[in-house]
Amino acid sequence: MTLDEQSATLPKHRAFSGAVGETMRRGSVLIAFIALCIVFSLLSPRFLTVSNWLNVLLQTATIGIVAIGQTFVIITAGIDLSVGSVVALSGMVAAVSMRAGAPAPVGILVALGVGSLVGLFNGFSVTYLKMTPFIVTLATLAMGRGLTLAVSSGQTIFGFPDAFNFIGGESIAGIPVPVIILLLAFLAAYFILSRTVFGHGVYSVGGNREAARLAGIPTVRVELLVYVISGLLAGLAGIILMGRLDAALPTSATGLELNAIAAVVIGGASLFGGKGTMLGTLLGALTIGVLANGLNLLNVSPFWTQFIQGAVIFVAVLSDSLSQRTAE
Amino acid sequence: MAEQTKREPTLRVAGLTKRFGGLTAVDHMDMNVYAGEVVGLIGDNGAGKSTLIKMISGVYRPDDGKIFLDGEETTFVSPLEARRLGVETIYQDLALCENLDASVNIFLGREPMRRSLGFLKAVDRKLMLTESQSVLDRLDIHIPNLRKPIREMSGGQRQAVAIARAVYWNARLMIMDEPTAALGVPEQRKVLHLVNTLREQNVPVLIISHNLQDVFAVADRVVIMRRGNKVGERRIEETSIDELVTLMVGGELVREE
Repeated sequence: MTLDEQSATLPKHRAFSGAVGETMRRGSVLIAFIALCIVFSLLSPRFLTVSNWLNVLLQTATIGIVAIGQTFVIITAGIDLSVGSVVALSGMVAAVSMRAGAPAPVGILVALGVGSLVGLFNGFSVTYLKMTPFIVTLATLAMGRGLTLAVSSGQTIFGFPDAFNFIGGESIAGIPVPVIILLLAFLAAYFILSRTVFGHGVYSVGGNREAARLAGIPTVRVELLVYVISGLLAGLAGIILMGRLDAALPTSATGLELNAIAAVVIGGASLFGGKGTMLGTLLGALTIGVLANGLNLLNVSPFWTQFIQGAVIFVAVLSDSLSQRTAE
Repeated sequence: MAEQTKREPTLRVAGLTKRFGGLTAVDHMDMNVYAGEVVGLIGDNGAGKSTLIKMISGVYRPDDGKIFLDGEETTFVSPLEARRLGVETIYQDLALCENLDASVNIFLGREPMRRSLGFLKAVDRKLMLTESQSVLDRLDIHIPNLRKPIREMSGGQRQAVAIARAVYWNARLMIMDEPTAALGVPEQRKVLHLVNTLREQNVPVLIISHNLQDVFAVADRVVIMRRGNKVGERRIEETSIDELVTLMVGGELVREE
């Protein structure tokens, strides 16, 4: 989009309809989410119970945490396809190191470290080697999964220290620990994205990289960091997942990246960059969780569940590209 | 010009030269811009205007010659460095983030901070909004909603935001590259009005334009370039469009001052 096409000749009503579309889109996640909840609560008496909601939140925790990291990346107009593999790899490396005698805190640090390292590799390739994010993270998706299988010899590893079972399965005041971690990660990410210089940097890099650079934003550092954050949070999700299963599976979290990206896009972020919010992503992740949960309660076949989830993502991306068109 | 030579010019370039391979785009160019003055830089396509501007705004490194800001010799290694020293350039394609609102754009990269919850340092959005409003008021710019993304604004409003940012951060010299080229007529007039406001606030403006009418409307002085050289310099009241065109295309002998 160039300025030449804009200027004073921009008809008022188009700018107006763009603004309205934007507001509607921002609210549409919330509306869709609430509508979904109403429909399911009418169709199933079990939907609106505390235990079911805790279950939804627990199911959403892993995807939600990964989606929070993904939001930073997508706002810079990048993408991180490697997160599913990173969840598995970081959990597996931690499991292997703990089997070799490492205590739980070391295991946790190992998982977070592995995640950050893969993120650093992604970020370095995108910024310094000037490679396309899609291709770089597609490569690390395959490399990460391969490494996970190699490290574990394709075997599942069972039995971890109590700390892991606590993180994955226990509750504090009735709230499962993964849900508490999700909320803490959300609050921190919300603050970072909307109230720090780094957060402004993330939006400006996604909006107009050259303008950001001229304004003194360290664009390379910002872009590098978003991939590190995404990797770090994938590592965190890896810890939660293995704690919940009390097992590290070499094939765990396969395809998780797609659900995480879907949550971000349903939440109103644009794959073109420059747009998106943490609140939207959280709602997007919850929408996916509620959809799966509700369809399950209604005994819809898992085949159709998958189809319906795909259709929801399609609608979200369609509305993104439509609003992009109105903006231009 | 007598009283001006006594003062130190805000910008002085001496013998500035830029070569691209065998082509000399700017050849030993001399020029002064004084405080409170609007200087039009004109010339045909390929005359070297853009190359000259890019050297002054830190995009290109000169092969030869010197740049002085308020008498002090400066070398810009980057556009960022130039901006830090107070040389603000408003490009045709505008260095703004269209997805962000006016106040965030004005403060981008230089956000004011405040304490939040006692221990967190947060960007002070409220201060950004009030400060943005006051600088826009000072320049007599009306932007109804400061929280609206730049994307939803008209070209003239964007131009105004870019100018407001430069003014807020105390630009010593404003360079405008074809500021009216992409605008409709009422918006053009508004931008030219802003140039006058800048002059009243003693910020010198170097304005490149193809549109000689614009130059006549705002400039105090015109520098004419042809084939990388300065071929003339005129006070606006002492010249005519015909003479400037002749100088630009090189029809007759040049009368130097």
